[in-house]
Amino acid sequence: MNPVMPTMPGHLLEVDDLRVEFRTRDGVAHVLNGVSYHLDPGETLAVLGESGSGKSVTAQAIMGILDTPPGYVTGGQIRYRGRDLLRLPESERRQVRGKEIGMIFQDALSALNPVFTVGYQIAETLRTREGMSKSDALGRAVELMDLVKIPGARQRVKDYPHQFSGGMRQRVMIAMSLAQRPKVLIADEPTTALDVTVQAQIMDLLGDLRRELDMAMILITHDLGVVADVADRIAVMYAGRIVEHADVRALYKSPGHPYTKGLLASIPRLDMKGTELATIKGLPPNLTRIPSGCPFHPRCPYARDVCRSVFPPDIPLGADRFSECHFAKEVVDGRLS
Amino acid sequence: MSELETIVLSEGSSSAGVPGGDGGGKPRSLAGDAWRDLRRNPVFWVAGLLVLIFLVMAVAPRVYTSISPTACDLSDSQLPPSAQHWFGTDIQGCDVYAHTVYGARASILVGVLSTLLAGVLALAVGMAAGFYGGWVDAILARILDIVLGIPLLLAAIVFSRSFGTRNIGIWPVVGVLGILGWTTAARVVRASVITAKQQDYVQAARMLGASNGRIMIRHILPNAIAPVTVVLTIALGVFISTEATLSFLGAGLKPPTISWGIDISGAQGRFYQAPWPLLFPAGFLALTVLAFSMLGEAVREAFDPRLR
Amino acid sequence: MVASREPAAGRHAAAEPVIRVEGLVKHFPITQGVVFRRQVGAVKAVDGVSFELRRGETLGVVGESGCGKSTLARLLMRLEKPTAGRAYFEGRDMFAMSGAELRDMRRKVQMVMQDPYTSLNPRMTVGDIIGEPYDIHPEVAPKGERRRAVQQLLDFVGLNPEHVNRYPHQFSGGQRQRIGIARALALRPSVIVCDEPVSALDVSIQAQVINLLERLQDQLGLSYIFIAHDLSVVRHISDRVAVMYLGKIVETGTEDEIYSRPTHPYTQALLSAVPVPDPEARGYRDIIRLEGDVPSPANPPSGCHFRTRCWKAQERCAVEEPPLALRRADPHPSACHFAGLREGAVV
Repeated sequence: MNPVMPTMPGHLLEVDDLRVEFRTRDGVAHVLNGVSYHLDPGETLAVLGESGSGKSVTAQAIMGILDTPPGYVTGGQIRYRGRDLLRLPESERRQVRGKEIGMIFQDALSALNPVFTVGYQIAETLRTREGMSKSDALGRAVELMDLVKIPGARQRVKDYPHQFSGGMRQRVMIAMSLAQRPKVLIADEPTTALDVTVQAQIMDLLGDLRRELDMAMILITHDLGVVADVADRIAVMYAGRIVEHADVRALYKSPGHPYTKGLLASIPRLDMKGTELATIKGLPPNLTRIPSGCPFHPRCPYARDVCRSVFPPDIPLGADRFSECHFAKEVVDGRLS
Repeated sequence: MSELETIVLSEGSSSAGVPGGDGGGKPRSLAGDAWRDLRRNPVFWVAGLLVLIFLVMAVAPRVYTSISPTACDLSDSQLPPSAQHWFGTDIQGCDVYAHTVYGARASILVGVLSTLLAGVLALAVGMAAGFYGGWVDAILARILDIVLGIPLLLAAIVFSRSFGTRNIGIWPVVGVLGILGWTTAARVVRASVITAKQQDYVQAARMLGASNGRIMIRHILPNAIAPVTVVLTIALGVFISTEATLSFLGAGLKPPTISWGIDISGAQGRFYQAPWPLLFPAGFLALTVLAFSMLGEAVREAFDPRLR
Repeated sequence: MVASREPAAGRHAAAEPVIRVEGLVKHFPITQGVVFRRQVGAVKAVDGVSFELRRGETLGVVGESGCGKSTLARLLMRLEKPTAGRAYFEGRDMFAMSGAELRDMRRKVQMVMQDPYTSLNPRMTVGDIIGEPYDIHPEVAPKGERRRAVQQLLDFVGLNPEHVNRYPHQFSGGQRQRIGIARALALRPSVIVCDEPVSALDVSIQAQVINLLERLQDQLGLSYIFIAHDLSVVRHISDRVAVMYLGKIVETGTEDEIYSRPTHPYTQALLSAVPVPDPEARGYRDIIRLEGDVPSPANPPSGCHFRTRCWKAQERCAVEEPPLALRRADPHPSACHFAGLREGAVV
């Protein structure tokens, strides 16, 4: 458990020391190794990481849609309004899924069923979960499509997913997730597959919806630009753990973990040109064989002996801020070479 | 170049972080990985063992019995299974066990040869149709539809009857089965060729200036052959049982060739008095078909690129 | 760890273009009917594109989905035949070549593809993949030297030469992209068309591959056509940039001209939509919100293709297609009747 963030009663959603394994024929992959973060009403938490960091798996575990097998939750709790979702029977879990916590995915085309109209799909949860009549549910579907600013919603409610463009399909998926007015929305790479102009539209829409519906959001992404725009707090994930957690401004201004530092340095900036890009050498670790000590040490330009042998503790760097690095304070101050 | 060096050094020790990925170790081809999976599958071993048993039976029947199937003594007619005749004797006094063992050769040989013939035809037609597309595909697809529409058994009977009751050996049967049975496999080949053709690496080869022939043999064939191999192992089972059906109906192999179908045909009239001359060849037939089908299933599972 | 590159001007030798494209058009017919197919329309993927690529430079081509940049790449690699227009490689008509001349061009113009997971034949070893160019063009490397050449190429792109016998699935995405780059380098080309080479890679790996491409360009004097949708990446690597929309180039210029002084409304909108990784810029970014969807390339708007989403659109835009020409607002070609700089834009 993280010493800096004690269990405060009243966190809307809290992931506590979550551990997940994937049992594959090449061995056991330790995908999540003690992930903890929390979300309060109305805020946006960005979970930042690259492939293999475990960011999507955490979201799937929260929603209860983890592929089992090969994935198994082996420890930790996921508390929503104080109740541990992992200990709930499936029937109660289903109450939470969709109604309290909604999710949108990266690829709207595969998340939508091509043989049903979008109106039917949006209305589906309303019919089955809230017992609305078909016409009532369809009316509500039109309302939702208006809410997500799909033009001509009344006519388009009868269209099929393939008749929409990528951005519009994403809006349909957002409408579906909002049908039951969840308090938390998990957005797993919602704009990665979209063009940049459409991305801006969708992120704007999500911001507006959050305010209108007083929703909290977990934004899972690898895009540092999008995060800078919308997030309140950021949790940086690497090899199945949160290696840094900070307020968004503090993180970008002075990152406290070498991985975050490396990520920020390696993105080509629209406003900086002409220099060779700084890189993080090497590759993300094989999760069946996570390196000893600090998992980042093979790629860390500041690695010392202690990093290779001792797992780094969570070093507090201020209010609600920590970094999992032996030399976090030096990194933040920029005193490390 | 120090940055490149550090990349080279660190890449030696770590690899992709996605579960299932592994960059280190000896070179592992897809075939190698498939073999590793097969080894762990008990179905593969059971089926493989059975197939091996039957293949040896077909090639070297003397391994299984020293009794000759033609040493028939009418006075021993229709004896039940005993110490001298493990499976009993049939109406003519022939040892059923010996018949069954020697019968494997014809059945399996016909099965294997017709599968090979069907496979070659399927590959040729499927590759041409899938690769060239256009009117070539249109024509071949129509031919395929026509052949597919011909009921295999009916056509085989008609065809075989035209030879009369002479014993013409196994080749006409092989020919009939192969020429009529290639269609399903051809469809599979065509589909995988079309998929393979669209892969980026085929485009890459084209951009390098590779000729059509090179692309077909080097890039498309190896990637298209896996699904069709599986179809063919299953087809093998089908062909063996079809041959038995043909022989049973008198339209396939004829005596003095020994085959399971012929034996079953001859024994079915007196089933209630003496079931064993029918049961044992039928049982072996079923077991052989089952073994090949199971083997095909296991191979299909191993080649299934789920986690690759 | 950060070194600076030579400014663009210093890397150019001659001013003569190594590739020149004039009015290239590619329409894909839409047909109806099973037995007798009639053409009922066309997807105008590339609708009249002209540009030049000079020796040693990187021309970035940016645009969003449906703009035709991928089709353009396929045309340049002669994977498609154009419906109209011409392209010249070293002064010779690319699409009229055949035989030995075509082989020669294929050696000199190579491509790096987008998806590292499908661009390598999974059943071939890495050594075979990189060595295949030598099998097809045996004159480049005599048989005895091939293995060494392949190992040198692996080393060149930062991979371990001893991994020659491994298979693609044993490598990560970034490493596979390097293998693709090594394959593209085998025949010592002069031009490499990079079709979204880093889009499928993680951010930290993107930087590695981009650095590699830039370093190779410096060392080998390569010219790149760099096609991507990530504007920041394109800015970083390109000398000149062409912006595409619905099959046409709407603006082209040096990287500085396009990114600091865009005059075409679409370019301006595109640039304004790119999120800046700086939370302090929140609220200060003046994002141009484009209305509506991109029109279908099967049915592009008359006149200027962008007019249906453009805030400057007038009647003239529907009637008269604006040519890609120098505009008064800034001396670089822009295809807008009302091309102008944006006041107060933050870049």
